[in-house]
Amino acid sequence: MASNNSIKKTLTVALALCIVCSVVVSTAAVVLRPVQVLNQELDRKSNILEVAQLYQPGVDINEQFAQQITPRVVNLDTGEYAEELDPVTYNQFDAAKDPATSRTLSGDDPAGLGRLENYATVYLVGDADNPEQIILPIRGQGLWGLMRGFLALEGDGNTIVGLSYYDHSETPGLGGEVDNPRWKSQWQGKKVYADNPMQPMIQLVKGGADSEYEADALSGATLTSRGVTNMLQFWLSEMGFADYLARFHDNSQGGA
Amino acid sequence: MASDTPKSVVFSPVFKNNPIALQVLGICSALAVTNSLSVSLVMGLAVIAVTSFSNLFVSLIRNHIPSSIRIIVQMTIIASLVIVVDQLLKAFAYEMSKQLSVFVGLIITNCIVMGRAEGYAMQNGPMMSFLDGVGNGLGYAVILLFVGFVRELLGSGSLFGLTILPAVQNGGWYVPNGLMLLPPSAFFVIGLLIWILRSFHPDQVEKTEYRIVANSKTKIKETA
Repeated sequence: MASNNSIKKTLTVALALCIVCSVVVSTAAVVLRPVQVLNQELDRKSNILEVAQLYQPGVDINEQFAQQITPRVVNLDTGEYAEELDPVTYNQFDAAKDPATSRTLSGDDPAGLGRLENYATVYLVGDADNPEQIILPIRGQGLWGLMRGFLALEGDGNTIVGLSYYDHSETPGLGGEVDNPRWKSQWQGKKVYADNPMQPMIQLVKGGADSEYEADALSGATLTSRGVTNMLQFWLSEMGFADYLARFHDNSQGGA
Repeated sequence: MASDTPKSVVFSPVFKNNPIALQVLGICSALAVTNSLSVSLVMGLAVIAVTSFSNLFVSLIRNHIPSSIRIIVQMTIIASLVIVVDQLLKAFAYEMSKQLSVFVGLIITNCIVMGRAEGYAMQNGPMMSFLDGVGNGLGYAVILLFVGFVRELLGSGSLFGLTILPAVQNGGWYVPNGLMLLPPSAFFVIGLLIWILRSFHPDQVEKTEYRIVANSKTKIKETA
């Protein structure tokens, strides 16, 4: 065993081990990468379908998604569709990190995002020009970290269909109750805007919601509830999708 | 471990020489991932895989490991295995890996894995080391499942996500115990479990290491 402790042997063993281990690890990472990307994609799509209440178990998610949902990229500043960006490949989370495609939110940052991307991907259900539902990606700080989810609105751009988070780290049983189907079901039919289409009214309140602009806060999770309110207010304001959603308000008035 | 038969190596760590209940190793992750049964199950399986294979590989090269860098060598093997397990979970059990998040990565710091590599695999053949890893991983998984069972049942009123006790917020009668969902409750559950185990195996109770001697220097109270 003494020869094991010579400097030469020590270096050889260390080097050989490192090479073998790095080959194993990188092989696993490279080989499994496509499957993982596919999983993330499926997860995102199934979340979109669920928030729109279109999800049918047992049917292929990709197929359901392709049939019912059209993704479009929206310019958050003007509220116009950005036809030059491909909604399938555009990733707004990457864009938010890149200074070229985002801006810093200094001071006026209720959702705690730090940076806001210039373009966001929205998902339209049904006819893209006159959609039945508009699904918006929202995110913001909860208590423990960033919460990411989707908000589904009806075609009038004002009535909520559902709100669901697919990625958060809130305390299970308290803030984690944002996943509770019972809590989520209360969102249906709530309204975002009252008179001013730039001023979202929707918020979480303690002790029982009694108007269509209020939803019940989560008990025992004040900070998570505040985070949810802040991110809704932010993403539905002028900084977020308000400019974009304004076009649908007009539609519904004209139609009705 | 006087006579190591494959059977004893696998099964003695489950109850007789349990890594959590007797050696009190690997507590940290047992606190974090046991708030639901399915997560505990996957975590248990992941740890079984890592302990058994790290034991196997450490044992295979044990005669070539220079003693001066043996801990680093073991650590490298364990870390590589953990990354592979993490990647596999992300690829084939995506939902689960989202719930386990960092705790899969933290298997690296689980004392059981390292302890078995250093304490058993460095001295024993590959086959026995592998089985020893399976046994200890199993011991860990059993405790995790027990704690997960208690915590999910009392904390959420469900088992494997299926409702057993309908909770009040869903229109039932059971008021969930919020404490059970938070990590400290695992301390209580593991403590109770250790108590139960040691009532059945009194030989597991440690000898008192020292006895506090009566204070002999104060004279005032001597009469009392």
